[in-house]
Amino acid sequence: MTSLTPQDQIKEQIEHHEEEHPDHRMFGLATFLVADAMTFAGFFAAYLTFKAVNPLMPGAVYELELPLPILNTILLLVSSATFHRAGVNLRKGLNERCRYWLLGTAGLALAFLVSQMVEYFTLPFGLADNLYASTFYALTGFHGLHVTLGALMILIVWWQCRTPSGRVSATNHFPLEAAELYWHFVDGIWVVLFVILYLI
Amino acid sequence: MTLTVPQQSPPTPQSLQPTGWLRYLSFSVDHKVIGLQYMVCGFAFYLIGGALAGAIRTELVSPISDFMPRDVYNQVLTLHGTVMIFLWIVPVVNGAFGNYLIPFYVGARDMAFPRLNAVAFWLIPPAGLLLISSYFITGAAQSGWTAYPPLSLTTPASGQIIWILSVLLLGGSSIFGGINFIATILKLRRPGLKLMQLPMYCWAMLGTSILVVLSTPVLAGTLIMLSFDIVAHTGFFNPGLGGNVVVYQHLFWFYSHPAVYIMVLPAFGLVSEILPIHCRKPLFGYTTMVYSIMAIVGLGLVVWAHHMFTSGTPPWMRLFFTIATAFIAVPTGIKFFNWLATLWGGKISLNSAVLFSCGFIVNFVLGGITGVALAQVPFDVHVHDTYFVVAHFHYIVYGGSVFVIFASIYHWYPKVTGRLMNEHLGRFHFLITFVGFNLCFAPQHWLGLNGMPRRVAEYDPQFQLINQFSSVGALLMAISTLPFLWNVIASASQGAIAGDNPWNALTPEWLTTSPPPVENWKGEAPLVANPYAYGTPEDEIDLRSVSGSDLWRNGQ
Repeated sequence: MTSLTPQDQIKEQIEHHEEEHPDHRMFGLATFLVADAMTFAGFFAAYLTFKAVNPLMPGAVYELELPLPILNTILLLVSSATFHRAGVNLRKGLNERCRYWLLGTAGLALAFLVSQMVEYFTLPFGLADNLYASTFYALTGFHGLHVTLGALMILIVWWQCRTPSGRVSATNHFPLEAAELYWHFVDGIWVVLFVILYLI
Repeated sequence: MTLTVPQQSPPTPQSLQPTGWLRYLSFSVDHKVIGLQYMVCGFAFYLIGGALAGAIRTELVSPISDFMPRDVYNQVLTLHGTVMIFLWIVPVVNGAFGNYLIPFYVGARDMAFPRLNAVAFWLIPPAGLLLISSYFITGAAQSGWTAYPPLSLTTPASGQIIWILSVLLLGGSSIFGGINFIATILKLRRPGLKLMQLPMYCWAMLGTSILVVLSTPVLAGTLIMLSFDIVAHTGFFNPGLGGNVVVYQHLFWFYSHPAVYIMVLPAFGLVSEILPIHCRKPLFGYTTMVYSIMAIVGLGLVVWAHHMFTSGTPPWMRLFFTIATAFIAVPTGIKFFNWLATLWGGKISLNSAVLFSCGFIVNFVLGGITGVALAQVPFDVHVHDTYFVVAHFHYIVYGGSVFVIFASIYHWYPKVTGRLMNEHLGRFHFLITFVGFNLCFAPQHWLGLNGMPRRVAEYDPQFQLINQFSSVGALLMAISTLPFLWNVIASASQGAIAGDNPWNALTPEWLTTSPPPVENWKGEAPLVANPYAYGTPEDEIDLRSVSGSDLWRNGQ
């Protein structure tokens, strides 16, 4: 084979650079979310095994109230719907409306976090009090971390679609869709978490 | 945050891909550069891990603890295991060869997510340095690569926490890599290339990446819980606080048993690439190879508790996991016989790559047999935590994976550098590696059967002679690195010019220049519909043919 001169290489790189690349980012994100779900699955498995095998130590307190978590569930489910509305509006090119829905979603996320904090501070047990308590805080805390990151993403997208020619727009809605998929995932995890921690 | 794109065109080549040797130290997004980064970085850690193994074998020359203090022995042992698994074998069989070869095999110009790829690599050096430096800062972790509580809760906390941080970084790197491989193999195939036409290494990497994505996050969660136990004094795994150590073992082995397949499945794939080329025969049983890889992936996820037969596992669980583990021997056996059938009647050129591949087959079947034996509860209870397990494990990961890594380096070195490696040195390297390896680990079966526990610096004096045999073997293995290193370094400048396709291979990576151009192909990527169409008379194969598909069709 003849070796390429640097000039040829430059030419080739430029030619290839112009090639259309199919967009597989959503697929990659979905794969990542499978991995993320497995992290939660590990926590859930640990919690259920502890519940089945390890009795609570004598004198240990582990009681959960339902009202706040039910409110939290509603907040997150509604936020999934509002996020979806934001996406619909963005694809129509209605950036202003999209931003209102995004702001609403972020507000619901913050409300969830505040409500979670209120629950933490009113619970009669702390992180290291007993086994169930530790697992409860590990699970809800890990989920809360996801909600926090999701809220940040929503605000970033909100900022980036402030003009129709911004980074996030009707023609480039991947950032919004990625954040939306992630947000639905976080909500779905919460539903499982709610059933396992509070109802079972 | 916005990305600023330079408005003026055309861009300079430097702005696309850095050139020269400095690119190997840069945040390059070229999959070939990243593959070599993984390779060289992994090999550096192999030398460190090997030095640690040398320290262990030196200590074990005599039955008393005289070479190093006992706690240092524990640290060396932990570092050896962690370095070899997480910084050498996993990054090299997955990251190095995967990144270099998979884009060629699917007919792509790069991986699906090149920047994520670079991020995945650049997590490794800091994680490795963190791990090694923990020895000098506060003393490394002492609880073995398994970090079983309560041992990991009672040994010094700082070393253990640094160990956890390092393993979390490496796990993250592994997951990013796995996502990239899945997307590349499933989504980035050249139009017209079907899944069942892919070279076997793609299937191996797809299976491995599925295991990585499903199991590594569980380890991450578990280690986070363990770090809470250490730092925040929670009681997840602390029996004194009502916790449950067996849950840790379940979660840990849910990752770490698949981790064995993460280390060995890519090696299966690499051997399946090397053998047909050097035997001039099609890979025997392509379809059964694919199905057995997927069977190993499925079964590999449900056999983890065979590591825990002495952990108070209930009888039904022992029964289930024994049967499931024994079942894995079936797909593995299929692959083994397929390799033998590929060799059978082939025109074998017995070069270094083939020698190491055959060494792999021999070692792996020995390790596989002891593996089936260990799956049987009555036997396992007898030899659990003895040197028998150490011998079995090293037959799988050294005799298996590391032999394949060497075979692959001999095989693909001409692709990367354009020059051949020295065959005499290569055969010499194989000879002392094979003899040294078997001398080191075969006697350990006997030690284990006679009750020598693993991971302890002192032992019963009756085992001294056999341990000395083992240590001599380890010394040979250390020496065997020298001709290899010399060969790699000297051949880069003095090796015989290889040409583009020294092995007359049909797999896609050989159908471009050696070394390949940036973005892999001049013009369209070839459509290689049958990468194993060997056995046609050589003069009928037109190697100058641009398209791989033409190449094998003409040969028929």
